[in-house]
Amino acid sequence: MNQASVSHACAAVLRRDLTLAWRRRGDIAMPVLYALIVATLFPFALGPEDALLQRIAGGVVLVTVLLAMLLALDAMFRSDIEDGSLEQLVLAPQPLALMLGMKILAHWLTTALPLIVIAPLLAGMLHLPMAVMGVLLLALLLATPMLSLLGAMLVALTAGTRRSGMLLALMLLPLCVPVVIFAAGAVAAAQQGLPWIAPIAWLGAALALALVLAPLACATALRIALDA
Amino acid sequence: MTSAHPIPLLQAHGLSFLRADEPVFGPLDFVLHTGEIALVEGDNGSGKTTLLRLLAGLLHVGEGELRWRGKGWNRDERAGEVLFLGHQLGLKMDMSPRENLRVAAGLHGQREGCGTSSVLVDVGLAGYEDEPVRRLSAGQKKRAALARLLLLPAVLWLLDEPYANLDRAGIALVNRLLEAHVAEGGAALVTTHGAVSFHGGEPKRIRMHG
Repeated sequence: MNQASVSHACAAVLRRDLTLAWRRRGDIAMPVLYALIVATLFPFALGPEDALLQRIAGGVVLVTVLLAMLLALDAMFRSDIEDGSLEQLVLAPQPLALMLGMKILAHWLTTALPLIVIAPLLAGMLHLPMAVMGVLLLALLLATPMLSLLGAMLVALTAGTRRSGMLLALMLLPLCVPVVIFAAGAVAAAQQGLPWIAPIAWLGAALALALVLAPLACATALRIALDA
Repeated sequence: MTSAHPIPLLQAHGLSFLRADEPVFGPLDFVLHTGEIALVEGDNGSGKTTLLRLLAGLLHVGEGELRWRGKGWNRDERAGEVLFLGHQLGLKMDMSPRENLRVAAGLHGQREGCGTSSVLVDVGLAGYEDEPVRRLSAGQKKRAALARLLLLPAVLWLLDEPYANLDRAGIALVNRLLEAHVAEGGAALVTTHGAVSFHGGEPKRIRMHG
């Protein structure tokens, strides 16, 4: 008999989740479509005034991307709980937090990454200056994994309850606020020619913390959810 | 049977599980050695599934004591030694039996000299290896889950209603798997309603009184 190594197990979980996401490509396209529609509607609602759009572009793109991510968050562990895969994952002789970390990574790759890819397009539609685009992307690269990690933690906490969508949204709101403030703050500072590194550094620090703690919290929460 | 074995694999003393302070089953006393099969018998709702989920480590011990190889009941001690097959088969519907097995092997490791292809042929899924599980019948799905038992290394099998949805050949398959497992020095706890016949003698019985 040979035991599976941790790296093999990580690869297996990551590959499985990416394969499943690819087989349901329509689900990946949904948040992207949503973000496109929202960003397209803003100029229609506010009028095609360059100065106004330029001022709100950074914030609109950030909020749109984060909201689009929420659409897919709810489903992170749902199918695994329904078909018993989660039980098998919990019972596997592997560190559960690391396995869940892989699941969160797969989730980020399939929902957040496509959104980051179209973010320059959305920002361009709202006339965000090209010089600020880099800061916007950097802010998104730090804010989206943060949201994936925080979201996964809350999804795990509400996993035992039915109709958890509402509860999830309520719990996520206060955690989202600082992420949006720092990310939008960086973009706004860059737009005004001010130093923007401080809010980005704060986001990075928070991400480092969440990267370590959120999978552990997820693992504990899911064990509790199954133990009922 | 190796009832003279010095240290039993699994020992339960006054074991019970409480849900909202109401006992779901128990108190139960039983001992399981390697090379033994125990049938868990009881009416619907008597707590058979709960017992298996508890032994798998999904539920906490309510009251009483459990020992694994004579030592305490902790997760690290049992890592990789227990395989649980519940009502939910743990198969991804959008993936083929082969892909599902590969994931399981990635998590648990696999037995020496076993491959996903040969294992799937053994459980009677030849020709269906690469079909999405979604398109298989209930019995075939069950067989795809049973293939895990053959591929993954484990000492103790916890099988919750392994005979459900299976045809006559499938039931014989489960019995064959159990006999081979026991002959190799494994042990199994099986919940069932139907009569079970083994060539290797009369199995142990654990009666649930709910």
